[in-house]
Amino acid sequence: MVDVGSTAPIAVERPSTDVRPDLPWVTIVWNDPVNLMSYVTYVFQTVFGYTREKAEKLMLDVHHKGKAVVSSGTREEMERDVQILHSYGLWATLQPDSVK
Amino acid sequence: MSSGFRTKDGGGAVVEFEAAEVAILRSLVTQVLGLVEPGETSDDPLERALGIGASRVPSDPVLARLFPSAYEDAEDAAEFRRYTEATLREGKRADARTMLDTARPGRTELTAEQAQAWLRSLNDVRLALGTKLEVTEEIHEEIATMAEDDPRYPAYVTYDWLTYLQDTLVRALW
Repeated sequence: MVDVGSTAPIAVERPSTDVRPDLPWVTIVWNDPVNLMSYVTYVFQTVFGYTREKAEKLMLDVHHKGKAVVSSGTREEMERDVQILHSYGLWATLQPDSVK
Repeated sequence: MSSGFRTKDGGGAVVEFEAAEVAILRSLVTQVLGLVEPGETSDDPLERALGIGASRVPSDPVLARLFPSAYEDAEDAAEFRRYTEATLREGKRADARTMLDTARPGRTELTAEQAQAWLRSLNDVRLALGTKLEVTEEIHEEIATMAEDDPRYPAYVTYDWLTYLQDTLVRALW
């Protein structure tokens, strides 16, 4: 991801949805050189209703580690998440949680 | 040059464009619209009505990036693609059309919904251009050191401008 590093945005608190680690499927977002750090954070907030802080942490995980688990749940729920993320142009996949 | 998007009172975003900027945007979005054709659907009329379509990964690298595989497993990926790609294509085409319908020289006011379409469409254009230019995360530094007579220079500068526009739009909507 790329950082434009311009003006500091205004923080908006949104309702938090906790990732549920006990469920068997996960959605993964992979790093790519086009998507902006600001945009990826914004998409995580918009799609999942995550707080700015949580969305930024996940974005930084994607940026530094190459990928991050952004949500978990049933296979159907993860397919829906992946489809929405693809509509925003993020590179997302889903897999059973047991695969690492 | 446009100073980018600003927050609009009551939601959405405001921007001022010069005629040349609108011409560039329209040209690029039209190219993406041309590339993202309506989903290739099956001959079966019921499958067509349900939006069930092609299961192959697009051979064009830009399309492959716009419609990535959802699963590592090829069979699962093909099945998912068959049920989702036509809908995704329609969404991207609708976003592109919103951008074409609303982009004009001078002041442009976007509703919250139109601004979302612009955000996704600008990203699609950047993904398409970025894939073609094979950009890296060091794109900003590369442009800074690139000779102005480098044949890639105009495309890189356009890409950088789109990046700037998209970033201002994110921040206007945040």
